[in-house]
Amino acid sequence: MSDETSVGAVDVTYRGIFQKNLAGVITKELVKAARREDKVGGTVQRYGDSPERNGIPAKQFAVIADDMDSLRVEMTKYEPENVVVVCVMDDTLTKGVESWAWYGVRPINVNLAPGGTLLVVSHRSPEELLHWIPRRTYDWTLAILPGEPSFGGLWVYNDDGTDYRTMGAVSRVTGGLISLDSLIAQAGSAKNPDLRAAQLREGYESVQMHPIAAGVGAQDTYVPVEMPDWTQMREGLVVPAVEVGKNNTLFMKYTTRTTRPLVKFDTCVKCQICYTVCPDECFIPTPEGHYDVNYEHCCGCGICAQSCPVSGCIEMVDESVFESNEPLHKVFESDPAAYEDLRAEKVAQAGGANPHYGIY
Amino acid sequence: MTTTQETAPAPEREEIITGCDAVAQALRLLDVDVLAGYPIRPYDSVMTAVSKMIADGQMDAEFIVAESEHSQFEIGKHASLVGARAFIGSSGVGWMYGMEALVVTASLRLPVVALVGNRALDDPGAFGVEHNDAMMVRDTGWLLYWVESAQEALDTTLLAYRVAEDKRVMLPCALSMDGAFLTHSQHMVRVPVADTVSAFVPPYELGDRRFHPDNPVSIAPQFNEDWVMEARRQSDAGMRRARAVIAEATADFHRVFGRGPADPFVDSYRMEDAEYVLMGMGTVGMVGKVAVDRMRAAGKKVGFLRVKWFRPFPQPELRALLRGVKGVGVVDRDYSFGSNSHGGVLYTEVAAALYPEPRRPVLVPFIAGLGGREVSVDNLLEMEETVERATADGVADLTCQWIGVRGPDSDPRDVAATAEGGVR
Ligand code: SF4
Ligand code: SF4
Repeated sequence: MSDETSVGAVDVTYRGIFQKNLAGVITKELVKAARREDKVGGTVQRYGDSPERNGIPAKQFAVIADDMDSLRVEMTKYEPENVVVVCVMDDTLTKGVESWAWYGVRPINVNLAPGGTLLVVSHRSPEELLHWIPRRTYDWTLAILPGEPSFGGLWVYNDDGTDYRTMGAVSRVTGGLISLDSLIAQAGSAKNPDLRAAQLREGYESVQMHPIAAGVGAQDTYVPVEMPDWTQMREGLVVPAVEVGKNNTLFMKYTTRTTRPLVKFDTCVKCQICYTVCPDECFIPTPEGHYDVNYEHCCGCGICAQSCPVSGCIEMVDESVFESNEPLHKVFESDPAAYEDLRAEKVAQAGGANPHYGIY
Repeated sequence: MTTTQETAPAPEREEIITGCDAVAQALRLLDVDVLAGYPIRPYDSVMTAVSKMIADGQMDAEFIVAESEHSQFEIGKHASLVGARAFIGSSGVGWMYGMEALVVTASLRLPVVALVGNRALDDPGAFGVEHNDAMMVRDTGWLLYWVESAQEALDTTLLAYRVAEDKRVMLPCALSMDGAFLTHSQHMVRVPVADTVSAFVPPYELGDRRFHPDNPVSIAPQFNEDWVMEARRQSDAGMRRARAVIAEATADFHRVFGRGPADPFVDSYRMEDAEYVLMGMGTVGMVGKVAVDRMRAAGKKVGFLRVKWFRPFPQPELRALLRGVKGVGVVDRDYSFGSNSHGGVLYTEVAAALYPEPRRPVLVPFIAGLGGREVSVDNLLEMEETVERATADGVADLTCQWIGVRGPDSDPRDVAATAEGGVR
C-alpha cells in the first residue's frame, strides 16, 4: 500500500466453479490476517448472471484499509480500486477476461494500479506470458509463482497449497501489504498450521519478480463498450440481432477456455454430431463436409470431444500452446500433411491431449 | 375539458350489459387479435362473453385458453411483441400468480391491455372486491385505471388501447373493475359502432420493435448494471408522457363520440365550493354521489372525488381540486398493513400528492368494503362526520378507522393499552 492512500485491493481472477473455493480462501484469509495488523478489510465477489459457469473468468477481491471509511467506499463498488496486486490463478487467463456480457474481452491487467503486480500461477517464462499480457502506460511488475493451475470445484476443496502459497507470494510482492508473520499467525488457527506456514513461506520465497517497463507487452486492443444514454438506447430492451453467419462480438466466450478442441480432419466421418451438440454453435461446415471450429466463441466445454464417435478425432489440448483464435481448417485444405504435423506438434507441446473437464 | 365542442352524437345502440360484457364489446369493436384467458372469478365473465362472440362469428380473433395465468400473460406479451393487439385479464391471486409475466410485459414496453376483476387475495378464498390485486403492479410501469360503471368500462377499454399503444407511451394498461358490483351487474350501456371506434383507435404499430423475421432483433438480452437504469428511465419517461397523451385522447374521444368524461383523470362530483370531500375508487363512487346529494340537500358543502387513473397518479388535479377544502376522507378498498396511519394505498398516495401544498386539508384515512363487503350510504355519511369532527378538533386523529367491521374501533389487546397488564 502506498503512503498517500490507506486502502489497497487484492484482485483474485479465477476460473468459475473450478477455483471459486481457492479464490474464497485467499481473499478471506488475507482479510483475517490484516486484522492482526490493526487493519480493516472485507471481500467483494464480482459476479454476473453467468457467474460461475465452468471456467468462466470471475473475480474476488480482498480490500484492506487502515480505516473504516476508506474500506466502506471500496465495499460498495463492483470492482474496488487501487488494485495493488492481481492474482491470476490460471495462466491461460492472461489471454483476457470476459466474464460478463457487454464488456468485451478485457485485459488481465486492466485495473492494475501503476506500480502494481500481476501475480501469475504458471510454469511459463515472463516472455511467454508477455506475449499475451497487454502493455500498460506505466511500470508494473510481473510476478510468477511456479505451479500448475489448481482446479477443484464449487463443492470440492482442492487442498494442494496453492491458496497459501499465493498468499505468501502476495505478502512478498506487495512489500508487506500483509506481513508473512501475520499470515503465519493467522494460519495458526487452521487445521494444519505447520503445513500452512510452510506453504506460505514457500510462496513467499519461490515467487519470481520481473519489473516490466511501460510500453512492454502485447498490443492493447481493448476498446471499452460504448454506453449510450437513455434517449439514445432503443426502447423496449431491443437490440439488433447478430447478422446471420456472424457472431456476437460483444460476447465471445473464448476466455472461458483452458483447453481447445483440435480436430483430426482426416479421420472425421462427417457425421455432424459435433455441429449438433456444441452449445455455442462453434462448428462451421466446410464445403467438403468437415466442421471447422470458431475458436473465438468456443468455451472449451469438451462436449464435442466427448460426443465425436471417432476415437481421437477431436482432442482437447491445453489452450496456452496456441497463439491465436484463427480457424485451422484452411491449413488442412491447403496441405493435409502440414496440418497433421501442426496438430501433432501442438498436442506434444501441451504434453498430450487433456482429459476435458466437461460442463454438463 | 368542459370547453370541448361536442359534435353530433355518433351512432350507438343501447344495451343492458355487465361491466365484463361491456369490456368484451369494446374488444370486439377494437378488433383485438389475440385474447389469452385463464378462468377465475369474477374476471372470467369476459372470457365467456368473448368466446360467445367468436363462436357467433361476430368477432375474429385468436382466443387462447392457457394452463395458468403465468402462461396466459406470457401469451399476451408475445402476441403484442409480434404486432398483435392483445388482451389478458384475471382476478385476485390469479393476477398475482402471473406477476413475473406482468412485470416483464411492462419492462418490454408492450401495450397489452388487461382487465382485473378486483377480488380479495386468498386466504380466505373469498370472491368479493378488494383493490390489492391490481395494486400489485402499480410500481412496475403499468397504466392503472379504476372504472365505476359499465359504460365507463367500455369507453375506457377504447381509451386504454389508444393510450397504451401511443408511440410516446408504449406501456401496458390494466383496467380495474370491482368484482360483483360491476363485473356482474348490468347497466344500460351505449355501444358504439366499429367504424367510429377505428376512427378513434388507430391500428397497432410496433414499428422497428416488431419481432418478425423481416426485422431481426433480440429482445430482452441480459443487461447488467451499466444499462438497467437507462431502461428504467425510459419506462419512466413513457409514464410521464402518458398524462398528456391521456388528456389528448380524452379530448379526441369527445370529438369522435360526441360524449365523454369532463375530466380525464378524476371524476369530481359537486366539488364546487365543497368544504369537505370524500374520495375513493371504483363503484364506491356510486354510493358516494348519493351520500353527497343527501348531505347537500341537508345544507352541507360536501363533494365526492373519484380517482380514475391511478397510474399516472392525478397529482395536479388533486392539488387543484382540494385546495381550500377543509377536510378530506379517503376511502380505501384495500389495505397496506403497517403503512402511514395504518391507512390504505390510496390514502398514502393522496397524502403524498398534497404534501407540496402550502395549506393542506385535514386528511382522514378509512378502510371499508374489504372482501366485497357492501359500503352503504350511511357508512359514507358516518365517514363525512368523522372528517368534520377531526377538522373541527384542529388536531386530526389520523389513525385509520375501519368502517363496517364488526367489533370496537380500538384494539383491546393494543400493546400501549396493555402495557401494565402485559400480554393478554
Ligand atoms: S469445446 Fe467443442 S462443444 Fe464446447 S464450445 Fe468448444 S467447440 Fe463447442
Ligand atoms: S463429431 Fe467427429 S466425426 Fe462427426 S463430424 Fe464432428 S469431427 Fe467429424
